[in-house]
Amino acid sequence: MPRLRDLARLRSKNAGPFWITIDLFCDGESYARVAAVATEVFSARLGVGDVRRFDMPDLHVVKLSLPRPQVQGSLQDRDMHGASLVEVLADMEVG
Amino acid sequence: MPNPSTECVRILVPAGALGLGWDDVALARGVARGPDLIAIDGGSTDSGPAYLGQGVSKYSRAQIKGDWAVLIDAARKAGCPLVIGTAGTCGAASAVDWLVGITRDILAETGHRAKIAVLYSDRDPEDLADRWDRVSPLPGAPDVEASALADCTNIVALAGVEQVQAALATGAEIVICGRTTDTAILAALPLARGCHLGGAWHGAKVGECGAYCCTHPDTGVIEIDFDGRGFTLTPLAETSRATPETVAAHLLYENADPIRLHEPGGYLDVSGATYRAVGDGSVRVEGSTWVPGPYSVKLEAARKIGHGILSLVILRDPRYVVNVADWCASLEARARDRIRSRMGDVEYDLQLRRIGVDSALGDLEPGRAIPNEVGVTAQVIAADEPTARDIAKLVNPLLLHHPLTPDEPMPTFAFPFSPPETDMGARYEFVLHHVLALDDPMDGFRLEVLDA
Repeated sequence: MPRLRDLARLRSKNAGPFWITIDLFCDGESYARVAAVATEVFSARLGVGDVRRFDMPDLHVVKLSLPRPQVQGSLQDRDMHGASLVEVLADMEVG
Repeated sequence: MPNPSTECVRILVPAGALGLGWDDVALARGVARGPDLIAIDGGSTDSGPAYLGQGVSKYSRAQIKGDWAVLIDAARKAGCPLVIGTAGTCGAASAVDWLVGITRDILAETGHRAKIAVLYSDRDPEDLADRWDRVSPLPGAPDVEASALADCTNIVALAGVEQVQAALATGAEIVICGRTTDTAILAALPLARGCHLGGAWHGAKVGECGAYCCTHPDTGVIEIDFDGRGFTLTPLAETSRATPETVAAHLLYENADPIRLHEPGGYLDVSGATYRAVGDGSVRVEGSTWVPGPYSVKLEAARKIGHGILSLVILRDPRYVVNVADWCASLEARARDRIRSRMGDVEYDLQLRRIGVDSALGDLEPGRAIPNEVGVTAQVIAADEPTARDIAKLVNPLLLHHPLTPDEPMPTFAFPFSPPETDMGARYEFVLHHVLALDDPMDGFRLEVLDA
C-alpha cells in the first residue's frame, strides 16, 4: 500500500505562533485517495482532537490546520517553523 | 461591472521580505513599467518570539541597508512612494527606528533628501490593561490576564489599511511602518482609490510574499494591477510564471483558513474567486468578496521567560547510541538530584534533546532508524545568566561521563567545543493571540513625518 509521501508533496508551516497548517499537495490521480482518509485518522497521528480540514478538489489539496501542540518558541517547542510536523503523517499507508 | 471612475493601481512587490534579495533585471523592468507604489514586507513572527521580545531585526544590518538602498533608488526612479510593513522583523518601535536610522544613513551617503512617514504600532501595557474589556481571545489563544501585560517587553497591534493610508496621505516618499498585517501595505492604495474591495484584499494576500505565488519563487519580483473588478498578477523575472494554480495555492501558505482571511474591519472571502491565465504568465482574479465587520486589530506581545545556556555532547559508541533514551533519563534524574542537593529549590528548566533521534518531533516521532551518532543538547533556562550557567556547569560532568550502568568503566563522550556551554541569551515567549476593538482605527497608532 502506498504511503502518504508517495502520493503527495507535503508541507507544514506555522500559521502564526499559535497554529500550524499542513498542506498535502496531491495530483489528479492521488487526490481522491488522500481525501478519502478520515479526519480522525490524521488527528490521531497528530495527537490533537480539533483539526480543521479543508478539501480543495480544484487544487488537489487536502489542508489540515491545528492549534500548535506547543506554542511557537515556548519552552517545550522543538521546531520554530513547525516544518517537521508533517513527517508524523508522511509514512502512513493510504488505501 | 467595472467602476468607470476607478483608476487602475499598479504595485510593484520586489520580494517576500526585505533582506531576501531579488532578481535585479526583474526589478529594473518593474520600475520601468511605472508602478504607483513599491511595497515590501519587513517582518514575520515565523522566526520566533525573540525578535519581538528584544525589539530587533532578524536580518543583518548590512543586508538590509544594501537592499533598502536599492529600493529607495528604485522608487526615486519610478517617481512613486516606497512603503515597508512590519519594519525590522517585529515592527516594534526600536526596530522601526533602526530602519529609520539606516534610511537616514543611505540618504546622507547618496546625497538625497526625502520626506519619511513613520507609523508606530506599539501599545502601552497600562493603557491596554485599562481597556482589557475590549480585548478578546482568538481561537487557540493562551489564557492571559491583563496583569501579564506589564511583563511584556514589547506589545504591538497589527495596523490595517486605514493606518497605512494615513501614512501614505502625508505625501511621504518613504513610508516605514511598524507592525502591520501582511496585506495592509498592498491593499491600502487600491482601496484608497476605489478599487474592488475583494480584489484589493485578495491581490494583497496573494502578492505579499512576492513571487512565492509563481514559479521560480526566488526571483521575488511581481507586479499587481488592481482595478474595479479584481486584479492581475504578473511575475517580472524572465523565468517566472504565474498560473491559476500557483496563484490560488498561495492562499494555503501559512494560513490556517484558506477561504476566509480576517483583517481589521472584516474578512476576505475567496470562495467565489475565479483564476484565469492571461498573456504570457499573468493571472487574472475576480469574484472575491469583502465582508465588513466590527473594527478590531490583532495584538502581539512577547515577554522574557529567563536566560538560556545550551551544552552539546555527542555520543558515538553504538551501545550508547542505541540506549540514548535510557541514558538521557538516568542522567537527567542524577542531574536533578545534584541540583537539588547543591542549589536547593532554585527555579530552572532542564531539557535533554537527542539530535539524530527525535529532537524535532519529541514524543510524536514515528521513525525508529538507528543513527551513527547522537547529539544531545542540554538546555538550561533559569531566571538569570549566572544561575543558568552554574546549573549547566553542574550538569557538565554528567554529560561527559555518565555511564549507562553503575558498574562499567567510566565512559567519555565527545564535546565539540570548549567550553561546552553556549550562552543562548534571554529567552522569550509569545503572550497574546487576541484582538482589540477600536472605535477609531488610528487610536493608539502614532504617525510621524520626518524630513531627512
